[in-house]
Amino acid sequence: MTDATIDPEAAERAAPLTISRTPPRRALALHRELTRVWRNDRGLWGQITAVNHTTLGLRFMGTALVFFAIGGILSMLIRAQLATHQGAFLDTELYNQIFTMHGSIMMFLFAIPMLEGLGIWLLPKLLGTRDMAFPRLTALGYWCYLFGGLIMLTALLFGVAPHDGWFMYTPLSDATHSPGINADVWLLGVTFVEISAIAAAVEITVTILRQRAPGMRLTEMPLFAWYMLGTSVMMLVGFPPLIAGSVLLELERAFGWPFFDPTRGGDPLLWQHLFWLFGHPEVYIIFLPAAGAMSMIIPVMCRTTILGYGAIVAAILALVFLSFGLWVHHMFTVGIPHMALAFFSAASVLVAVPTAVQVFAWIGTMWKGHPQFHLPMYHILGFFLTFVMGGLTGVMLAIVPFNWQAHDTAFVTAHLHYVLIGGFVFPMMAAATYWLPLITGKRRVKGLGEAAFWVILLGFHGTFFIMHLTGLLGMPRRVDVYPDNPEWVWLNLTSSIFSFVLTIGFAMFVLDLILQVTLGKRESRDPWRAPTLDWAMPIPSPSYNFASLPIPQHLGKPARDIMLALARGEGALAGAPRGRRELLVTSVGDARPHHVALLPGNTALPLWLSASIGVFVLMMLASQYLLAGLSLMPVAVLIWIWARGMAPAGVLGEVEASPGVHLPVHHRSAQSLGRSGLTAFLVADGTLFASLMFGVAFLSVVTSGVAPPVATAQSLHSAIGLAAIGVALVLAARCAQTNTPRAVAIGLGSNLLSLLVLIWLAITQMDDPTIHARDALRAALAGYAGLHVLVAACMAAFVLDQFRREEITPQTQGAFGAWRMWQRFTSVVVLISVLVLAAQAGLS
Amino acid sequence: MTRPALILIAALTLAACDGPLSTLHPSGPIATEIAWLWWAMLVGSVFITVFVLVLLVLAFGKPRQVQARFWTHGLGLWFSMAILSSVLGAGLWVGERILPRDDGAVTVQAHAFQWGWEFTHTGADAQEERTFDVLHIPAGQPVDVLITSEDVIHSFWVPQLAGKMDAIPGRTNRTRIEADAPGIYEGLCAEFCGTGHARMRFSVQAHEDWPPDLSDQGATSQEGQP
Repeated sequence: MTDATIDPEAAERAAPLTISRTPPRRALALHRELTRVWRNDRGLWGQITAVNHTTLGLRFMGTALVFFAIGGILSMLIRAQLATHQGAFLDTELYNQIFTMHGSIMMFLFAIPMLEGLGIWLLPKLLGTRDMAFPRLTALGYWCYLFGGLIMLTALLFGVAPHDGWFMYTPLSDATHSPGINADVWLLGVTFVEISAIAAAVEITVTILRQRAPGMRLTEMPLFAWYMLGTSVMMLVGFPPLIAGSVLLELERAFGWPFFDPTRGGDPLLWQHLFWLFGHPEVYIIFLPAAGAMSMIIPVMCRTTILGYGAIVAAILALVFLSFGLWVHHMFTVGIPHMALAFFSAASVLVAVPTAVQVFAWIGTMWKGHPQFHLPMYHILGFFLTFVMGGLTGVMLAIVPFNWQAHDTAFVTAHLHYVLIGGFVFPMMAAATYWLPLITGKRRVKGLGEAAFWVILLGFHGTFFIMHLTGLLGMPRRVDVYPDNPEWVWLNLTSSIFSFVLTIGFAMFVLDLILQVTLGKRESRDPWRAPTLDWAMPIPSPSYNFASLPIPQHLGKPARDIMLALARGEGALAGAPRGRRELLVTSVGDARPHHVALLPGNTALPLWLSASIGVFVLMMLASQYLLAGLSLMPVAVLIWIWARGMAPAGVLGEVEASPGVHLPVHHRSAQSLGRSGLTAFLVADGTLFASLMFGVAFLSVVTSGVAPPVATAQSLHSAIGLAAIGVALVLAARCAQTNTPRAVAIGLGSNLLSLLVLIWLAITQMDDPTIHARDALRAALAGYAGLHVLVAACMAAFVLDQFRREEITPQTQGAFGAWRMWQRFTSVVVLISVLVLAAQAGLS
Repeated sequence: MTRPALILIAALTLAACDGPLSTLHPSGPIATEIAWLWWAMLVGSVFITVFVLVLLVLAFGKPRQVQARFWTHGLGLWFSMAILSSVLGAGLWVGERILPRDDGAVTVQAHAFQWGWEFTHTGADAQEERTFDVLHIPAGQPVDVLITSEDVIHSFWVPQLAGKMDAIPGRTNRTRIEADAPGIYEGLCAEFCGTGHARMRFSVQAHEDWPPDLSDQGATSQEGQP
């Protein structure tokens, strides 16, 4: 009997997904209905309140392009300075600011926002949905990026820009050796900008996993989505070490907590580890989206399908994994034992394998198909030529003995520009020329684009090819003059001359974009005859993307064959009959319809929130720490208002997404996008915690510096206090199991109690954190724990408030689920901290 | 001398990859091993680049039947693995050969500061001899340099003798250099260390006789002391 019993859910999962089509309607009526609901507000105010992914994705990319131009101008100044051996016009201090800002701008204000913008703009179109998972978060990310970038630019204008190199090695960047706010501008500005990176990573992850068109299995989604999924996961895990390092260094600079000071038990190498734990994955974070664009464009340019889809996905996963194991290859000269270096050398070499798999899969695709010389193809060939050479010099640099010679020379400068311009800028130019019709609705003016490509190619290789030789002849990075080395003059002069050619090429490229926007003739839909959903819509793309969302019978077909059906509302969730922004949320693996998410509309709240965070950053920069603390109050209030905007409201009945498919709205679903987003955020938060733990372990085990002073804390009191915190937080986590006002109230009380005990411990028991790094790290951990308990208490209070407003019912959970996740996370990390502190105390 | 003439001379010297800081003009066994590694890797890289470019050129033609596994596994996985493991093996072999080891080599100290170098070696009468911005070593034998820093991170680099090693406050790093013949070799700080970075040069003087008699050189001048 038992084998005849079939789990109905399993049976449903095994069956192919069928959704019947909705009867067609007039496309124009649908268009008007949807536009009313999805469009931005009018005028300038409409730009401020916009949360739409198309608007914000383009704005991210446009702003990144402006920063690229600024970074490019700085590079011109560098090249002008180096053209002669006596230096042309910059003094050393200014030169140091300029090369630091060139690197920082290109990394943090150009490359990362550019790829975020591409993902935000493209992913919903490619996956068959109407917007990103968290539209307000998209806008918040944009404003944080803009304000953080403006702070850094302002500092440059006033001559107080960071000047310690874009990787900010301590002790050079500490308060003793870099007095003034230059280094603070970097630490605070970049961290401010990284809010946008975390925000983008969270919503890109959730959008890819939960918003694919029904029936689009994970294993069948377009490769760009796989690449962006890899990127966003890497950002969730890669950025927290940088954020942790920046916060610690800022604490050291502002309050004298000596995390990196060897005379007080710290270690400058801890900064290098944290920085490169971010910095190396960063290279792949930049490369993967570009490679994703290549994987979309090459098959279309070659009138075929991609070769080796499975191998490419495997290669992406391998890259994501391996890229976290080779950060030490930036530290081959810091004195780590050779056998340990051998491990990281092997990992660094191994990472070339999945890259090679992709490169050969793309070339195989070209063999399989019939490559055509459209403009994107030029840039793809530029990519191959440049990136292959950059990859080979990368392998050379992964070889330890050669690295000892080439490290920190112009050879590395040449290598990284080959990789970043070859592996990111050329693919981005291919992507721009490929997708621009979807943005502008126009076709380009012929001729200029090809000329721009050739000038860029010539300028690039003319600048950077001989720079390898400059480095091998001994020229170090970051020198402003070289009076004793006439043998470098002609090399540098050549680089400088060609760098101006390169700049002219980029200017021509931008001019081509401007010409297309202003003078281009109207382009027809789907100009490339593409097989993907991004082209199955009118051009330029409408605010809502799809008048109805693609269903299984629309997938895997040429865009032009399904365009009309989607426009006439034959897919799911046709139009906007309820006057709300709705999209379909599907299951992670096989994309079965799960529920309907109602998205927030236009709002200026993201601007206010990021502006209030900006006030905090400015107060920190001005060393007004009391005011900085106070300025966190409006931040908290705005976050509360933000969360109120997510409260269940309006009609919460079921929605008929397609004939016979009735779905709940997200307020009534336990697996909402918000829950997925919080999970992704907690991955990042957990990595931040792990980075702090890495600091504790590194300073206790690896660093053999000054011994810490004997702890003055009365250990019995400390033990009782820590135990009380532990018990209270276990209780709070238990309370978060039960969805009743009473349990939530007890949970709130437990959190407040443990917060009070923590503050008491910090005031009475903790040793002065400025004396020794051990105590500084303890204080930092206490701060991390306290912040999390405080947030948990606020969330419990928010849930109680929702009970009071009767927003939480047996069907609608409100914020309870979010609190439960946060509370569990908080309780676990605080307990781990307590145990680690106990172990550390026991060992010493 | 006029500037064009200077540039011409520089161009000519380049033909031999020359220059006082050139890694391609090694003057000791360690730098020579690394230079060979570079030339071998360069030759391999040229072959691979040409190979990929030929594949790309051949792609422009009629559509062809292709075996996916040939491209992803054959070329992507096995071809790259074969090349990479041989490069890695060569790197490890060279790396092991040039490491400092316990063989009683002469040991000198290099202490970096913003912006200069203080070197210490044991003189004729077992006295510690301190010099600024000139490091004295014996020629024709390996010398271990113990590298420390006074303030920020610097890096000790004599390109013609060996690779670089960082000077990190709170740590002592050891690296090995060796000069084939007596002479003066140029060195520099390779890690960005602030406004004096570009001028943080030093030289290494390799002597036939060890310990050298420095009394007539004035090399113990206090120039550049912090």
